[in-house]
Amino acid sequence: MNTIDAVRKSVTVGVPADRAFRVFTEGIDGWWFREHHIGASELKEVVLEPRAGGRWYEIGVDGTECQWGHVLQWDPPHRIVLAWQIDATWHFDPKLVTEVEVRFIADTPERTTVELEHRDLERFGADRDTMRSGFDSPDGWQGLLDRFGQATA
Amino acid sequence: MTTYQTVLSGLADPTRRSIFERLGSGPRAVVELADGLPVSRPAVSQHLRVLKEAGLVIDRRVGTRRIYQLNPDGLGALRAYLDRFWDRALADFKAAAESEQGEDR
Repeated sequence: MNTIDAVRKSVTVGVPADRAFRVFTEGIDGWWFREHHIGASELKEVVLEPRAGGRWYEIGVDGTECQWGHVLQWDPPHRIVLAWQIDATWHFDPKLVTEVEVRFIADTPERTTVELEHRDLERFGADRDTMRSGFDSPDGWQGLLDRFGQATA
Repeated sequence: MTTYQTVLSGLADPTRRSIFERLGSGPRAVVELADGLPVSRPAVSQHLRVLKEAGLVIDRRVGTRRIYQLNPDGLGALRAYLDRFWDRALADFKAAAESEQGEDR
């Protein structure tokens, strides 16, 4: 199995760190793009329970909840680590844990740099059978391809 | 090296996406992939080379034929997806954090 580089991103926002932290966590439903969800019905709400061990999940318009992961570390307003547990076939897999660490660095009292790292991506390949079935499932590779199509259209 | 850009450009072309999707149902030789596609066999080979360079497919020689299949871990494509995904998410987060209404959300 190959290791692959973590995805690393950063963005600077013109708000204090505590506000940046609050918007990212409690306010996640306010900025999460609506088309990104794993449930069958349209996305109604994204919830990130504000504590270590809290669940990270979506609620569909039909009321169905689909878990995405959970909160591994909760250290406001400096840092959170989330477990992203959506596998390559776009299903929640309790056995899969890839980490998303988000750090909120106060550059000034009114400006914050947010650094995000999504790591352990090689774990997506740990279960080859699951991955392989994902190649054939309509919501696996096809879904990925459709998203690529939209992204590159 | 596989990068986000090479994966995206690898799948940007509709014919390449068709080839990639066909490989989703199992390994295929070039001639099998070319059947039913409105492009020549050399063109299919060319597309396969781009997909290979993007880390999306791998190939092996069986006798005189070259068999292509999806890169079994598919991580290059998945990573590219996530790379783009987080770019967009952080941009939206920034907009929300800096908007007045964001306070109430």
